Amino acid sequence: MSDFIKLTNVTKTYTRGKESISIFDKLTLSIPKGDFVAIMGPSGSGKTTLLNLLGGTDRCDSGEIVFDGEHIEGYSEGQLAAWRARNVGFIFQFYNLMPVLTAAQNVELPLMLTSLTSLPSQKRKDNVATALKIVDLSDRAGHKPKELSGGQQQRVAIARAIVSDPKFLLCDEPTGDLDRATANDILKTLQQLNRELGKTIIMVTHDPEAARFATRTLHLDKGQFVEVTS
Amino acid sequence: MSLMNQTGSVIMMNVRSIPQRLWMSVATVVSIALVVAVLLGFLALANGFSQTLKGSGSPNVVIVLRDGSGAELNSVIGRDQIDLLAAGPGIKLGADGKPLISAELMLVVDGIKKSSGTKANMPLRGIGPNGLAVRSQVRLREGRMFAPGSNEIVVGAGLLREFAGFEMGKTIRFGAQTWRVVGVFEAPGTVFESELWADAPVVQSLFNRGTSFQTARIALTSPEAMPAYLAYIKSDPRLQLKVQSEQAYFAAQAERSGLLIKYVGWPLGLIMSVGALAGALNTMYASVASRASEIATLRVIGFSGFSAFMGTMCEALVLSALGALLGTAACSLLFNGLSASTLGAGFTQVAFRLQVGPELVGQAMVLALVIGFVGGVFPGLRAARQRPLLAL
Ligand SMILES: Nc1ncnc2c1ncn2[C@@H]1O[C@H](COP(=O)(O)OP(=O)(O)OP(=O)(O)O)[C@@H](O)[C@H]1O
Ligand SMILES: [Mg+2]
Repeated sequence: MSDFIKLTNVTKTYTRGKESISIFDKLTLSIPKGDFVAIMGPSGSGKTTLLNLLGGTDRCDSGEIVFDGEHIEGYSEGQLAAWRARNVGFIFQFYNLMPVLTAAQNVELPLMLTSLTSLPSQKRKDNVATALKIVDLSDRAGHKPKELSGGQQQRVAIARAIVSDPKFLLCDEPTGDLDRATANDILKTLQQLNRELGKTIIMVTHDPEAARFATRTLHLDKGQFVEVTS
Repeated sequence: MSLMNQTGSVIMMNVRSIPQRLWMSVATVVSIALVVAVLLGFLALANGFSQTLKGSGSPNVVIVLRDGSGAELNSVIGRDQIDLLAAGPGIKLGADGKPLISAELMLVVDGIKKSSGTKANMPLRGIGPNGLAVRSQVRLREGRMFAPGSNEIVVGAGLLREFAGFEMGKTIRFGAQTWRVVGVFEAPGTVFESELWADAPVVQSLFNRGTSFQTARIALTSPEAMPAYLAYIKSDPRLQLKVQSEQAYFAAQAERSGLLIKYVGWPLGLIMSVGALAGALNTMYASVASRASEIATLRVIGFSGFSAFMGTMCEALVLSALGALLGTAACSLLFNGLSASTLGAGFTQVAFRLQVGPELVGQAMVLALVIGFVGGVFPGLRAARQRPLLAL
């Protein structure tokens, strides 16, 4: 299968004051289309940093990042923002919903950015309804985040991540704040998105149970992949 | 399209999140309202004051002071000079066929202010028999004029409002003399409303002023007669006097006194603005801090730094606009049309009404929005610089 996402010799160093901390030194990674990859590893091993590079929310010092044939490593901040809006759905550990907006309004946010905005607002509403239906939250469309449980909030966040139909979903510990049963529900939803809608998913997790929902697990330690289990 | 959409939604989120910082935001609104109310109060004062002084002058009345004195109290004019003045060209004649000229003197006496219960200065003007004829704006509201040669006075309606004990029929003491109020006159929107009038010869003798006067008012046949009359006085070396139309005289006074209030009002408003600005900055930085994770999330999703900036900026502008409205409303309700008095020319009290006009409201609004703008710019830049990183 062709490489959907490819990192080649990616180097990332953080400088804090005079100190510079090398996170990745010539990291290489390729992920085929339609994969559901779990990334595990000890705290500080660089998992979130990797997601930031993959999602175009941070830039590497050197190396190549190619996404579906598109080189993004040289993009400016503005180009990256536009690229993210088109291609990546983000799911966070703490859901990161806007507290003043209803579930439906939260889900609609990414549609404010893409060319979909030129569609009639009815079409936008339809997209939001479809996304909420996929996560089984149609009946909570008018609720504010604080009126929803953690699991429901994460479902709203998933709907927000998929509403503009990106090919690629990035999740940073999406179940880190949820109990087992709720976590499994969320993971099943992600699995479904992967299997039925063909989304390529990269999920960082500390939880081996969660990793089992993925098709592949990468273990990261001190900036290197040490083990791959399928 | 997309930029407008995303900016619009960020602004909406910012504004809707104001209740989360309710008390801070209320404090900002109130402090801006205070600035607006104080500034507006002073400007309304200045406005009302200069309107009053401007309304006091007539274009065909000549006012004469001793050369070099800007206000009536500093002036001395002798009896012989009055006779020369009466011989000038273009003077209107009274019913008795004599020139309409009123030689006058002005003194400062004490009265008790109703509002504070404290002593304040009032002008007592000694006028001649033509005193009313050279003032077209003046009308007797109650009673009658003083009888020549008597200890009778008439009081201005404005003075009656501000000072205690000048009602019709009351007896008042100034120094050793007692006076009786026999009339109340109105001269809407003029300084005369704040004066006491009595017979000039009586005032001269009771206050030991001999036969000297301080001013003269001369009614001309028309405003067109003014240049010739002014030229006549300038050409006579015995008349080292300052002459001008009454209109020009009061306009100059209005300008000076109006500026004085403006020069107090604006600096005070600006100093208070600095305080309000500090509050606004504080509130807006708090807004950016409390919404840091929201802003970062929006940036991750793909929202621009510009939209984050505009959200914060518009929140600040909304707060300052609310402050401006509140301040204007408070000022209008409390002050507009309120009668006040202040030290006028020659340190006497001038009664007038505060006037809050659209132009002043505009000026105060602009100041409020400037506070909002500056209070939004720096926190807005901080919001725009928020990095779009996943974990914070
Ligand atoms: N913005 C930054 N500036 C400086 N150092 C950073 C920054 N972000 C991360 N680091 C450092 O980089 C290293 C990797 O961080 P990262 O967040 O990627 O780890 P992680 O694997 O996600 O850990 P965790 O499991 O705790 O979330 C850590 O040592 C961290 O302190
Ligand atoms: Mg992490």
